[in-house]
Amino acid sequence: MTINPNQTIKFSPMHRLQWEEAQQKNVILYPEGMVELNQSSAEILKCCDGTRNLAQIVSDLEQKFATTGIANDITAFLEVALKNGWIQQN
Amino acid sequence: MAGSNKINITPPRWLLAELTYACPLQCPYCANPIDYAKYQSELDTEDWKRVLTQARKMGAVQLGFSGGEPLTRKDLPELVKHARDLGYYSNLITSGYGLTEEKIVQLKEAGLDHIQVSIQASTQELNDHIAGTASFEHKKDVAHLVKKHGYPMVLCVVIHRENIHQMPQILEMAEELGADYLELANTQYYGWAHANRDLLLPTKAQFDQAEQIAQAFKEKVEGKMKIYYVVPDFYEDRPKACMNGWATTFLTIAPDGVALPCHSARELPGLDCPNVKDYSIEQIWNESKTFNFFRGFEWMKEPCSSCDEKEKDFGGCRCQAYLLSGDMYAADPVCSKSPNHHVIQEAIDSAKASALADNEKPLIFRNSKNSRLLS
Ligand code: SF4
Ligand code: SF4
Repeated sequence: MTINPNQTIKFSPMHRLQWEEAQQKNVILYPEGMVELNQSSAEILKCCDGTRNLAQIVSDLEQKFATTGIANDITAFLEVALKNGWIQQN
Repeated sequence: MAGSNKINITPPRWLLAELTYACPLQCPYCANPIDYAKYQSELDTEDWKRVLTQARKMGAVQLGFSGGEPLTRKDLPELVKHARDLGYYSNLITSGYGLTEEKIVQLKEAGLDHIQVSIQASTQELNDHIAGTASFEHKKDVAHLVKKHGYPMVLCVVIHRENIHQMPQILEMAEELGADYLELANTQYYGWAHANRDLLLPTKAQFDQAEQIAQAFKEKVEGKMKIYYVVPDFYEDRPKACMNGWATTFLTIAPDGVALPCHSARELPGLDCPNVKDYSIEQIWNESKTFNFFRGFEWMKEPCSSCDEKEKDFGGCRCQAYLLSGDMYAADPVCSKSPNHHVIQEAIDSAKASALADNEKPLIFRNSKNSRLLS
């Protein structure tokens, strides 16, 4: 599964992304399961709000963290996220 | 006490709230204890709220409302709302019996995250026979309504000898109903399933064939439907890592408030399971005799204590060891290294003989009358 660069990306309504105080981590919750996220994955997923496409997410994150050259990492992660059903397009 | 000190105690992540033993269905594989009828008292709403609050504070995040049939509790929406306010991800584990569209909407508004509906078979006749109650058409309606109102829909089918031949139709039905998740749970032989084992345990050939069909289907629906396939450990040569290790992850609270490291643990002798009416969840989890009983590895006997796989499976299931060998400290007899491993083959042979017998004895249905009779 690949990300369509022209479509916006949104976090799946069938999952929940939330900060867990006890674990000091962001997690994805879904029926009978939980995935613990590292900080960068969580930052990427928080951008998946249905208003931005891939390029916009990359540029927003580059700006936010004052960095460049992270497009490949972000794309790779979003592809995993899409395959796992954590995000959706259109 | 066995394994009490110096063990790194991890906080609970999963809370299973068995709200009630009351259930309009009579599944002969029900995981409730055989003697459930003698536990009549139920925690009240305030008790449950306190339990949810305390467990959440320790780090529990996945919450299952189960039973019995949790819908028989009038305060379910109130408990769901409390759970949502605390930040739980809450699951309703239901037979679907008594679930109306109005209730589905009400629970959604209260903050319920998903509904797991169990169906007993792919045909009305068999479903209603196994459930001991006419319920098939209603369950299908419920499944549609769950989808309609935007919940992830989890369909759960418990697999055993009476329905294993329907595997292709069960998969078709799940697809037709639009299940997002399908749990194919091969029967685990505790509680009522243990009592009915001769009638429920499939043969190896039946099991292999069903598994093949399910695996092929899994590939076909990849990305659309997730399938959780629970293997029947009788046909494995290593036991399951039961509960991810005793009191490491899972906390079950029985209807009367008894706290259990696994839902069968109250059948184990001498554990003195604590009640949430007397202690806080933190005291129960960290300090009680019961929760420390099988923590770590010190309690183990040979062959487990010197086994290099003990960190993988923790010696298997304590309840299964007790049920099948009479010794709750023994290796799970499913393990081929267990000196009691032969009891598994005996169980398989006995089930096969029962299937071939001219007059197979009838299933014992889960109801209060049978519960009193058997305990
Ligand atoms: S397994 Fe069947 S009888 Fe047991 S609680 Fe669930 S629906 Fe009721
Ligand atoms: S001997 Fe015990 S620890 Fe080793 S594999 Fe068997 S059950 Fe697990």
